[in-house]
Amino acid sequence: MSPEKLIRMANQIAQFFHTQPGTDQADRVAAHLRDFWDPSMRAALKAYAADGGQGLDQLVFEALPQL
Amino acid sequence: MKDFILPNDRDLGTPAREGAPVTLTIDGFDVTVPEGTSVMRAAAEAGLQIPKLCATDSVEAFGSCRLCVVEIEGRRGTPASCTTPVAPGMIVRTQSAKVKKIRKGVMELYISDHPLDCLTCAANGDCELQDMAGVVGLRDVRYTPGQNHFEQRAATGANPQYIPKDDSNPYFSYDPAKCIVCSRCVRACEEVQGTFALTIEGRGFDSRVSAGGPKDDFLTSDCVSCGACVAACPTATLQEKSVIELGTPERSVITTCAYCGVGCSFKAELNGDELVRMTPYKHGKANRGHSCVKGRFAYGYASHSDRILNPLIRDKITDPWQEVSWEEAMRFAADRLRGLQDTYGKKSIGVITSSRCTNEETYLVQKLTRSVFGNNNTDTCARVCHSPTGYGLGQTFGTSAGTQDFDSVEHSDVVLVIGANPTDGHPVFASRLKKRLRAGAKLIVVDPRRIDLVKSAHVAAAHHLPLRPGTNVAVVSAMAHVIVTEGLMDEAFIRERCDWDEFTEYAAFISDPRHSPEATALLTGVPAEDLRAAARLFATGGNGAIYYGLGVTEHSQGSTTVMGIANLAMLTGNIGRKGVGVNPLRGQNNVQGSCDMGSFPHELPGYRHVKNADVRAIFETLWGTEIDPEPGLRIPNMLDAAVAGTFKGLYCQGEDILQSDPDTHHVQAGLAAMECVIVHDLFLNETANYAHVFLPGSTFLEKDGTFTNAERRINRVRKVMAPRNGYADWEVTQLLANAMGAGWHYTHPAQIMDEIAATTPSFANVSYDLLEERGSVQWPCNDASPDGTPLMHVDGFVRGKGRFIVTEYIATDERTGPRFPLLLTTGRILSQYNVGAQTRRTANVVWHDEDVLEIHPNDAELRGIEDGAWVKLASRAGDTSLRAKITDRVSPGVVYTTFHHPDTQANVITTDFSDWATNCPEYKVTAVQVGLSNGPTAWQREYAAQATQSRRIVPAAE
Repeated sequence: MSPEKLIRMANQIAQFFHTQPGTDQADRVAAHLRDFWDPSMRAALKAYAADGGQGLDQLVFEALPQL
Repeated sequence: MKDFILPNDRDLGTPAREGAPVTLTIDGFDVTVPEGTSVMRAAAEAGLQIPKLCATDSVEAFGSCRLCVVEIEGRRGTPASCTTPVAPGMIVRTQSAKVKKIRKGVMELYISDHPLDCLTCAANGDCELQDMAGVVGLRDVRYTPGQNHFEQRAATGANPQYIPKDDSNPYFSYDPAKCIVCSRCVRACEEVQGTFALTIEGRGFDSRVSAGGPKDDFLTSDCVSCGACVAACPTATLQEKSVIELGTPERSVITTCAYCGVGCSFKAELNGDELVRMTPYKHGKANRGHSCVKGRFAYGYASHSDRILNPLIRDKITDPWQEVSWEEAMRFAADRLRGLQDTYGKKSIGVITSSRCTNEETYLVQKLTRSVFGNNNTDTCARVCHSPTGYGLGQTFGTSAGTQDFDSVEHSDVVLVIGANPTDGHPVFASRLKKRLRAGAKLIVVDPRRIDLVKSAHVAAAHHLPLRPGTNVAVVSAMAHVIVTEGLMDEAFIRERCDWDEFTEYAAFISDPRHSPEATALLTGVPAEDLRAAARLFATGGNGAIYYGLGVTEHSQGSTTVMGIANLAMLTGNIGRKGVGVNPLRGQNNVQGSCDMGSFPHELPGYRHVKNADVRAIFETLWGTEIDPEPGLRIPNMLDAAVAGTFKGLYCQGEDILQSDPDTHHVQAGLAAMECVIVHDLFLNETANYAHVFLPGSTFLEKDGTFTNAERRINRVRKVMAPRNGYADWEVTQLLANAMGAGWHYTHPAQIMDEIAATTPSFANVSYDLLEERGSVQWPCNDASPDGTPLMHVDGFVRGKGRFIVTEYIATDERTGPRFPLLLTTGRILSQYNVGAQTRRTANVVWHDEDVLEIHPNDAELRGIEDGAWVKLASRAGDTSLRAKITDRVSPGVVYTTFHHPDTQANVITTDFSDWATNCPEYKVTAVQVGLSNGPTAWQREYAAQATQSRRIVPAAE
């Protein structure tokens, strides 16, 4: 999958949880990714983040350790 | 083979009533019926059939034929039994000398103006006029020949009263010579269908049935060819052409329509294994005896010459197809799939289950991937339609289930229709809705287009909010803002049924002035006052029901809008009783079932996540195989992975992703990158152009099974003829599984349903025996709800407390700009279904033989486009050309088209943007430009050439 698509999809999820009340947004992003993303997509996202992760929402970075 | 007819399928003369019991005496028998029932119906319920012509129980009594007269003690004269309501203690005589004489006289008059060609008439043996002549004992007609409506020539020349037959409709004919002007057709068109296309023209002897204006025939009139008039006609006046051609059917089998998610019950009427006609089944609980042009008439695809009946294989997609035996095809497919797994890993292959096939078939396909392939790479068409419903309602209510049955609409006071076009997409439900609207319920339509419901015969929306595509969340939130800030919410309901802390957070959020209709009007294009008035009406107008479709889900914020809709229903207390609820209108016949059956990559049957070890254990024990605890790939992810080179093989049953999925270029690239694509379908569809194996499918007429409609109603599909391709689809999947070493041995779909019931709590008590007994049942059906569940969340939400979820509007990345200044939105039309693979192969093409682009007159004028001109439609994803239709149904800045025809291929325009939660594609918002063109684009020509090349078949050697 192209990095652009991966970034957009991950950021869309982060955007939604940014708007949600509470303090557990990063946990919820992580839970969403675990529940709905195939492991290869999660691995690709982690690899991209490890590579600098340019363009990724901060919340995605915060969620990554839980993946 | 077993014919399945419930014993009470006869015509009781007038509609049923609800009311206190009333007892009367008819011909000496005591009869008890609900108050308001007619004497005719009361007699019929007691088994006494009073002769009748103008009465039928699908429409209100009319009292015109005077054949049903009776004598009632203490009343003068001979009242018509159809229009006379019962009264306590009434004593009725249906066969006195007086009424018998009257009836004979009435029949004599009718017959004096009717051709006596019974033996060669298409209704011979199925004609109520013929029956009634027999019942009243008519033995001679004393009137001398004179003025009449049926002789082409009179003694003095042409008969001015004679009107030739109207054969303009492809499916039925109108022969005025046989008409007795009972008006049943006119009343069916009004009361059942709600189109008002028919009328009685003239008076007295000049009265004639007429479709539309003086120059109209049936085809040019407003007639939508639903067949209600044909079903109501007592003679051969309105007659199916198939009956004219093939003769009257001798046997019938109850089954379920294979078109939209309404799931109408039909009687398939046959001689031998030749289907003569499909007639709507009166006791079908979804349709209550009504039908639309697709289910009633458009079944000819089942015997179309394009059907592929032998398996095909090829090495490369550039090769012609080779016809082979089933055994060879299965060996080829199994070897390829196993080879791919050996080379590229267990997860390199997957399946797409069909939302058109049965529950049992879908269950087997997901079982194939989970148990035989050893991964969770299964997805279904719901990915691209209602997956946001699954997520959104799951989060708020605890289940993705639609909350009501279709009967519920009869109790609604305010109906909010968002992003759905029921008169085209779900026509039988639309007729039921329109009936309720004519009885006084109010309607609010939220849609970028002025759909037919906004204003049609005797129906007008109280409010139409023509929002800009992509702003659903802003509109729904603004409605909630009005309800909360004006204090119109149902606080008692919220306190009792919902999480109060979450509500207070939500209320604080939604009360912010940025959500007010005034603040969002510029964005949404909806005038603030209209929106406020609509919100007030919904909150205060009584039972409020929300019906929505893909105009809600197919957006980058599809799931958020679904949650917003759930919020609206909870705010106003419109959940858990008749007449209210949140009702997703499902697109395909079994898209509900395909989701229930575990087609999604993260869920086992019954919507249970694969991460749950206890759920996996149920299936692992039964199947004897391990189940992967991680979610698999969704359809868009499969295509991405294919382009990336990691996903290599696909078994696609009854789904045409190349035409139906967005961004055709990307789908093409994904399919072309795979090394084994298996298409299992009736026809060489568009996806098959990229396939290596083609497995012929069977139609809904050729197999047993069940479909689950939008009401969660499990309906039986019954085999009325042997599969022309040799195997039902569940057998084909079993052959493939066994070729890969599965060792399955199902011999009937009932066994598959037993396995579903044994593993899935919401189906625990479902069996074919139960369905035989009940006709249908709505899940959950288990020990807690042995009769099934017509209404969800009656005493509490499935998840416990209902959850209010904050719904912030986030604009889609798909934006108009100088290059692409217009917004394209897509949809469908009444006569065609989905990708058109079925309906394009029927006479339905007379109504819609090409996709056209609807464009507002202002936008057309700016571009010099005239009505009917070829235009090029381009987005950043691709371009195509089609003809323009200038109409103010669309707002300025918005264009609209359908996606029924592969030579237009509207999805070459749509993009790969998708819903944030589910990857449901954003079909409904694409920035486009429109300009004049000379005809098909280079891409269309290349596409057509490739398709032709790809469909070559080398027959098997004899």
